[in-house]
Amino acid sequence: MSMHMGAPCTPAVQIGDIVTVGQCIGVPTDDFSVPIHASVSGRVKAISDYLCPNGTSCKSITIAADGEQTPCPDCAPPTLQTRDDLIQAARASGCVGLGGAGFPTHIKLAAKQPIDMLVINAAECEPYLTSDCRQIMEFPEHIIGGIELLMRLMEIPACRIGIEENKPAAAKCLADACHSRAGMEVRVLPAQYPQGAEKVLVYHTTGRIIPEGMLTADVGVLVINVSTCAFLYQYSLTGMPLTQRRVTLDGDALGRPCNVMAPIGTSIRALLEYAACDFEHLRLLLSGGPMMGTALMSPDLALCKPNNGILACKKEQPIHTTACIRCGRCMHACPMGLMPMELERAFRLKDAIMLQTYHLKLCINCGCCSYVCPAKRPLAESNQLAKIFLAKEGAKP
Amino acid sequence: MSSFYVSATPHERAPITTRRVMGCVLVALLPAALAGCFYFGIRAAIVLGVCITSAMLWELLCRFLMRRPQTVLDLSSAVTGLLLGMNLPPDIPLWQAIVGTFVAIVVTKQLFGGLGQNFANPAIVGRIVMLISFQSTMTAWRMPQSDVVTSATPLISGDTPYLTLLLGNHAGCIGETCAIGLLLGGIYLMLRGIISPAAPLGFLGTIALCAWIAGDDPLYQLLAGGLLLGAFFMATDYVTTPITAKGKLLFGIGCGLLTFCIRKFGGYPEGVSFSILLMNLLTPYLDRLTRTKPFGVMKSRRTGGAKA
Repeated sequence: MSMHMGAPCTPAVQIGDIVTVGQCIGVPTDDFSVPIHASVSGRVKAISDYLCPNGTSCKSITIAADGEQTPCPDCAPPTLQTRDDLIQAARASGCVGLGGAGFPTHIKLAAKQPIDMLVINAAECEPYLTSDCRQIMEFPEHIIGGIELLMRLMEIPACRIGIEENKPAAAKCLADACHSRAGMEVRVLPAQYPQGAEKVLVYHTTGRIIPEGMLTADVGVLVINVSTCAFLYQYSLTGMPLTQRRVTLDGDALGRPCNVMAPIGTSIRALLEYAACDFEHLRLLLSGGPMMGTALMSPDLALCKPNNGILACKKEQPIHTTACIRCGRCMHACPMGLMPMELERAFRLKDAIMLQTYHLKLCINCGCCSYVCPAKRPLAESNQLAKIFLAKEGAKP
Repeated sequence: MSSFYVSATPHERAPITTRRVMGCVLVALLPAALAGCFYFGIRAAIVLGVCITSAMLWELLCRFLMRRPQTVLDLSSAVTGLLLGMNLPPDIPLWQAIVGTFVAIVVTKQLFGGLGQNFANPAIVGRIVMLISFQSTMTAWRMPQSDVVTSATPLISGDTPYLTLLLGNHAGCIGETCAIGLLLGGIYLMLRGIISPAAPLGFLGTIALCAWIAGDDPLYQLLAGGLLLGAFFMATDYVTTPITAKGKLLFGIGCGLLTFCIRKFGGYPEGVSFSILLMNLLTPYLDRLTRTKPFGVMKSRRTGGAKA
């Protein structure tokens, strides 16, 4: 019931109920969160507590699938005439950002600031992940349809699609698809992590700089992930909510790495079995990419809406942390131009003022600093802890 | 299944390690060190060997006595030992060299908390303490492949041909004479991305400019003395020099000015060492002065979110 940013949903079904694909089974409890829909047809087997990988817990609904995949009779294409229609439809479809963070799409669409530029995030900068790339190559017309929908209803005159240069086939697909369409332009960007980070992407596609503490909407930009965009288009045609997604299965523990289209809520164990996983030697299981993905404690978890990849690795290198030698690599690697070594020191000293002086809040937790550190210091982790510390410090009277 | 690794992001790390960085520096020092051994014979090789070994042993002993994790394998003490050895005359008594590494490793580095915490370059402090303590042996130079003792290095005599300076076939410290070797080492480190060119260029450029203004021979000033060794290998020490590019450049310029003044007006044959030591002390201030401007910070103050 917690697949998105925002409060978890409340279960809307009871044990023994028969559900169909696309039927709403979780209702949102605040304006931020989105409903959750059944991804299979069958009988509700259990409603139980579920431990999320981030340590919190929420309710989960287990459905015994009947294999029929009977669609929900209530699913009908939405009427889309105005921007408000689109916002409501996005919410009703259970749509969240499919690129990894799970930010509810209707909140982005409802931004009060005037928007004059749509940026489609097709960068997919994390290593290993290719689910967005497959989306582009298989159904470029869905993406274009989504862009046209957004541009028409949101009254956005221009759209830039940002894609990394290491996906030339996908870039060509996109370029061909949006050829001679007014306002659309594909920007091929260097394959450099974290190209897909919102602030980085907006700068490289439009040249606009997002000031500290502001959002993309503040500079008139709406950023939508390429798969999210394609989903919105499909929803506008069929009215089938978000019940399945494309997910990359990769890692050296898998005998058959692949991209699959899987119902949301599928057991990760089942996905791994499909990809011929060597469970005996499996030591590291990630949802998402190696740079920002979450390490899972067990394969007996469910595929969530934002999971763009599952990586199964045999061994993680033991990391031996040594003293900072002040080499400055973290500073050069930081896409935001921060000084991670100073932030780490300030956090060690619990110095709230110093943390603010060095603009801790700008950290996007891309992990570049930890990656390049020759002393293997957990700089990104320290920054995350420091953000929590600073939030608590700020809350004090 | 309870044996899964669960850790914070990122889950992949670059292969670079502190040991590898230090290994690169050792490799880069090799040409000049070998040239020194070639010119000054087996005695020079012994001095270098004793310096490296004693530096590593001091580190080992110190970490053991302080009950801290052992760090001798990160090779930073080997770099310090080799650097100090290259900064000594070939005929230095070996016990004096061991005192030098003691000052460098124990006093300057470990007592301040070990690698990353020392405020001054250990090899420089070691050399300066030795120069002040053992003045006669620290300034007893000799010509290569001979026993003729001389007190004049090219910097003092001022009449050595450029080619001799480049090849290093002249009196001086073990590792400072072969300019070509030092240049090769410095360029290697820059190409490997270990050091940035900012500090050495600032250092060398300032010296050349000052010498030109003062009517000295700029090229001679660059090639003579310990300047190249200091500029490429000591003014680029990660720990004791600024971290930002601007800070590094300022550091180099400051070193250059001080070196020029000491060479021109001072009495000690120590321009490079003293200038780097003094600039080491300014490093925290240079870092603070040249803090980076993060992406998106300036804008918020001026326009508050207007369109770019």
